[in-house]
Amino acid sequence: MTAVSVRPSLLNAWLMKPWAKPLLWLLCAVPLVALCAAAATDQLGANPVDKFIKEMGEWSLRFLWLTLLVTPLRDIAGLPGLLKHRRALGVTAFAYALVHFLAYAWLDQGWRLDDIVADVIKRNFILVGFVALLLMLPLALTSFNAAIRAIGGRRWQVLHKLVYAVALLGLLHFYMKKAAKNDLAEVGVYAAILAVLLGWRVVRKGGVLAMLRVR
Amino acid sequence: MAFIRTSRQILHPGSGFTLPEREVTPQAVYEDRRTLLKGLGLAAAAGTTTLLAQAEALAQQSGQATLVQRPGKLAALPATRSTTPGAYAMDKLTPYSDVTTYNNFYEFGTDKSDPAENAHTLKPRPWTLVIDGEVGKPQRLSLDDLLKLAPMEERIYRMRCVEGWSMVIPWVGYPLASLIKKAEPTGKAKYVEFVSLADPKQMPGVRSSVLDWPYVEGLRLDEALHPLTLMAFGLYGEVLPNQNGAPLRLVVPWKYGFKSAKSIVRIRLLEKPNTPSWVKAGPQEYGYFSNVNPKVDHPRWSQATERRIGDGGFFTPKKPTLMFNGYEAQVGQLYAGMDLRKFF
Repeated sequence: MTAVSVRPSLLNAWLMKPWAKPLLWLLCAVPLVALCAAAATDQLGANPVDKFIKEMGEWSLRFLWLTLLVTPLRDIAGLPGLLKHRRALGVTAFAYALVHFLAYAWLDQGWRLDDIVADVIKRNFILVGFVALLLMLPLALTSFNAAIRAIGGRRWQVLHKLVYAVALLGLLHFYMKKAAKNDLAEVGVYAAILAVLLGWRVVRKGGVLAMLRVR
Repeated sequence: MAFIRTSRQILHPGSGFTLPEREVTPQAVYEDRRTLLKGLGLAAAAGTTTLLAQAEALAQQSGQATLVQRPGKLAALPATRSTTPGAYAMDKLTPYSDVTTYNNFYEFGTDKSDPAENAHTLKPRPWTLVIDGEVGKPQRLSLDDLLKLAPMEERIYRMRCVEGWSMVIPWVGYPLASLIKKAEPTGKAKYVEFVSLADPKQMPGVRSSVLDWPYVEGLRLDEALHPLTLMAFGLYGEVLPNQNGAPLRLVVPWKYGFKSAKSIVRIRLLEKPNTPSWVKAGPQEYGYFSNVNPKVDHPRWSQATERRIGDGGFFTPKKPTLMFNGYEAQVGQLYAGMDLRKFF
């Protein structure tokens, strides 16, 4: 039991080190760099564009889920040092979603704006993904200290509750894409993890409304 | 090659086969195929492979040489170049490695790399095909019977997947009509059902409930008897790899890929249309006909353009999708007067 109590404090100390933040940013960039390198060396299989877009989308979901893991993990494992790293994870989730969309607009649609607009409006799953990306925008734009000071901490907290909507829309987007071919095993895993992440909050706060309230 | 040029299109004489100019294979690629043929001839002359020699001899007999290079991975399936109008697309071939590692075959998993990874458990021999239903002479044919039933032809077809990608594949087989006529359809026969193998011991994907097994497909009888509708036993001059639907599969080049049922065990002639597996799974998204049509969108994918696999790189733009996948001249009359938005 003592080993367990020692480890969080050691981890906490590491989380507070000056190199912790740059290291995390580097780690966050690894999937992007790896996928770009794979694309450049023709390692993405028979349909590289499709693979690249799909991987970017999935990495965005993974980083979003990690962002949502910060608070539960901080409380359960006793790691207050985690909180200062949440921003990097959230901004990375946005960055991957943005690359996901830009890769679609460029490599799949060839920047043909009328086709992209038609696609976004006509195809529900693209619309859902696009709305999720739009909702992430104000969160990303207020992810630096000056912005938090400018709008005030309380309002910032209210605004950032949007992350729950983004997560649900992101999952719905993924589900709708996969449902076309009845391919739902992977989506099920993402849904189960998100259910735990959100369920923990609901239980701890004592209800869905309480979770959304900012004190 | 003697092409007659019209203002915007090139006509391939005698084939009833028209394509926009940009769709036609550049001369250099065609020359490449010729070079490959010489390579084949040399290999045969050197006595390296007797099967190759047989293939070459067969090709020379007919004066219509097989132009596609064999990858040499599976048993050769000698064939002569098809003379059926529209059966020999001049597009650049999709490499064998892409054709055999990137496809959908849900009986082996839902990922497009799953079939190549998991299909080794399929046993394409011995194999029995049953033809029954509205027929005068029901058939029960072994693979050897099937291979001997009609002369093998090489056909190069474009294959367009409903997901928005396409390939160009040199198939080996003969018209499905040869097979169906053997069973002598009755006057009541108007539709054809195709049933794929669904054996959980050979096909791990069948244990999941992703589709209602076995996989079934359907064609109208006139579609099934169309000269372009192929019963394929091989590709790239060799027998079908397991992951591509060994030992025999359907290829209907003007319809989305899922219509071309794989590893077929039963063909049933029917009075009324059956409900194909994807229509059963999503009737709003998948229609009975599923003809390639750039003007009728699938709710999740635009069908206006397609990604040609193995042609170009990461930044190559998609190609425009052609009506009936470019086979309108040959099959358009099958649907004369039909509202293709309603009958999608």
